[in-house]
Amino acid sequence: MDPALRQIVERIRAAAADATPLCIRGGGTKDFHGETPRGERLGTAALAGITSYEPSELVVTVRAGTPLAELEAALAEKGQCLPFEPPHFGEKGDAGTVGGMVAAGLSGPARASVGAVRDYVLGAALVNGRGEVLNFGGQVMKNVAGYDVSRVLAGSLGTLGVIAEVSLKVLPVAPAEATLEFACSQADALRLLNEWGGRPLPLNASCWFGDAGAGTLRLRLRGAVAAVEAACTHLGGERQDNARAAADWQLLRDQQLPWVASTAEGPDALWRLSVPQTAPVLALDGAAPLIEWHGGQRWYKAPPEQAARIRGIAHAAGGHATLFRLPAGAGTRSSVAPRFGELSAPVERIHRALMREFDPHRIFNRGRLFADE
Amino acid sequence: MNAPLTAVPHDSLQKTERQSQVVHALQAHLPAHALIWHAEDTTPYECDGLTAYRQRPLVVALPETEAQVAAVLRTCHQLGVPVVARGAGTGLSGGAMPHALGVTLSLAKFNRILEIDPVSRTAVVQCGVRNLAISEAAAPFNLYYAPDPSSQIACTIGGNVAENSGGVHCLKYGLTLHNVLRVRGFTAEGEPVEFGGEALDAPGLDLLALVIGSEGMLAVTTEVTVKLVPRPQLARCIMASFDDVRKAGDAVAAVIAAGIIPAGLEMMDKPMTAAVEDFVHAGYDLDAAAILLCESDGTLEEVEEEIGRMTAVLRACGATAIAVSSSEDERMKFWSGRKNAFPASGRISPDYMCLDSTIPRKRLADILLAIQEMEKKYDLRCCNVFHAGDGNLHPLVLFDANDPDELHRCELFGADILETSVAMGGTVSGEHGVGVEKLNSMCVQFTAAENEQMFGVKRAFDPAGLLNPGKAIPTLQRCAEYGKQVVRGGQLPHPDLPRF
Repeated sequence: MDPALRQIVERIRAAAADATPLCIRGGGTKDFHGETPRGERLGTAALAGITSYEPSELVVTVRAGTPLAELEAALAEKGQCLPFEPPHFGEKGDAGTVGGMVAAGLSGPARASVGAVRDYVLGAALVNGRGEVLNFGGQVMKNVAGYDVSRVLAGSLGTLGVIAEVSLKVLPVAPAEATLEFACSQADALRLLNEWGGRPLPLNASCWFGDAGAGTLRLRLRGAVAAVEAACTHLGGERQDNARAAADWQLLRDQQLPWVASTAEGPDALWRLSVPQTAPVLALDGAAPLIEWHGGQRWYKAPPEQAARIRGIAHAAGGHATLFRLPAGAGTRSSVAPRFGELSAPVERIHRALMREFDPHRIFNRGRLFADE
Repeated sequence: MNAPLTAVPHDSLQKTERQSQVVHALQAHLPAHALIWHAEDTTPYECDGLTAYRQRPLVVALPETEAQVAAVLRTCHQLGVPVVARGAGTGLSGGAMPHALGVTLSLAKFNRILEIDPVSRTAVVQCGVRNLAISEAAAPFNLYYAPDPSSQIACTIGGNVAENSGGVHCLKYGLTLHNVLRVRGFTAEGEPVEFGGEALDAPGLDLLALVIGSEGMLAVTTEVTVKLVPRPQLARCIMASFDDVRKAGDAVAAVIAAGIIPAGLEMMDKPMTAAVEDFVHAGYDLDAAAILLCESDGTLEEVEEEIGRMTAVLRACGATAIAVSSSEDERMKFWSGRKNAFPASGRISPDYMCLDSTIPRKRLADILLAIQEMEKKYDLRCCNVFHAGDGNLHPLVLFDANDPDELHRCELFGADILETSVAMGGTVSGEHGVGVEKLNSMCVQFTAAENEQMFGVKRAFDPAGLLNPGKAIPTLQRCAEYGKQVVRGGQLPHPDLPRF
């Protein structure tokens, strides 16, 4: 076994033996995400490097501690990419790891059109709470042998084990791209996005921001040259300079737009509402939201104390709300509200049972998903 | 735990008593016509699409409402009776093969389309709705449901969820997993439960990803919300001939390497081409060592651009003939043979066994040549159709089930293909599922610790182990009896467990 992996396995076995909680950490760019974990830090940085990459297979196998930026550069060199645009958080945006990307399960602006991290996970090597190295899935596109354990790791926040390596489906970079801008209200933006979604257009990402009356809708198209050009002509709007637009989409992806970044100063938390794309304008007080994913992801600023109301509205709309970033000065732990939306009783029971099956001594990232674990 | 394959040893008197106990308990919840147990009535349920393995169930329940499904599950849970959910019974791996002492839960009556919403581009359907019926209902809105397994006329969406079914357009449009938003159903205890939702994600772990492809072992699905996608304006198909399988395999990789994601990319070898041509008379090139079907869909402009690029790549890879469909009729003609590969094989042999492994695309020619060697070794013929774009193989081994020696050689041939696929970096099942058919091969692909962890997943959902027991994951004992258990990196898992 590789020495770095062996070291992690031994650490886990020792922790299991005396029930020492461990806090798994890659680049530490998403420490804010989820409840505050407890335990000794278990770093994955030593598990670095791309294990195999064959562009014609559309598959890359990469170790968990590999910087995300390094993986993306290697793919870009071959004209390929991670289509779901994982966010790069953190100061410089280059510290996040591939393991953290999978464990957090967060996807960027293109998610509604191209799928999420989980849709691109093909296989994974996992070290469970017994210190066993387990491989699930594989390096092929279609695989139904056994339960799809590797995909459930996407968004598992380290609660099932240490992700050691993942195989991801990658895709060619689209030959053409364009960003169009429209002046419209939130309601009009939602209506337009849903209308366009029903047509064979190369939609890829969207973003609406504004206030109660007016606002701006940006729409990104990606696809074949002819398809993008035809869609631009058909849709109208004001075509943006591609380089400038690309920089803006990246700021949106990394939550560095002034609208989001200002949360770090005020009394408001940043709420993430995941709702059906067709949900109407939500009856929430305060500033208008920032809307992504063709209406499916809506960011609101509101104090954590409004949790019940916000969750009620998200639930009524067919979705759920995450207390994504706490207001400045809130400390590391919010006693006001749980970070994630409530689970139904049977689903919560399955969650806890699954965690026990993967991690019988309860050593991994305790408290990250459920504060009481 | 893998009882069904080795036939449960039981006293027939005990079985009769158990049957009347279960029938009596279920009669309290189901109308008379929804419960059958006499052998002449339950025989049609004794197998699914994998007809080589048969087992009559103790009882077949045909509930009509979710409340009845819940009651059947609650009752069976109280009595400790296994439950095998069943859709159309078209599965090819024995996933719906009954349990001798279990209830087969037929969900055939859940066949209503509850909602087609053209604005959200979703459909809410009951689990027994046929795959193709969804696309037909969505057609007036110019939408369709993308995954299209070859059995789509008959197979149900509930079965598709259980198997994570694919089809010929997966590379571009994804599997069932990528096209299902929400599954509603019941736990083994009969409690209502939902996985996923109408939003793009749900809080907590992505249990939907576990449930899809779980072969009915984690929960019983009764209702599914699927994504619908806009129907492309146009689709055109290239039919390319190659005089050498290696050139054809390389052409597949070259198309992908050129940055093209075809809507479909299929391959047929010479024996398969001959068999289907005799059946459909589509004008296939009978001299070709392999034929590729390469499809492009999208707007008029996109398709024109892509067909041009694909043609150039295929020519550069040494295609000996290239035809491009110029009408929808011609495109359907190109596909007719590929879609009829199974019935065509049925015409040239009393029986055939269809394999379903997946390998990295670059090994397509290698596996084809290896299979040709195996034909000699086992003295049986094999025709090959591949979802080449996904590396998913469907070799059809031809045999006569009435000849016990042929059946035995066929099983060895199949296992050899699966194990060779794993050795090439692939998997034993791409889209048909493990069921009872590939349990042994799972021992070759997964270590004992991996299989045990998957049993842990099962326990988390179904602590009593009553949903479709014995399928998909082999026990340690079974792998020991099979005499093959992969050990990776010199690690012997569970050193404390007794070895066989």
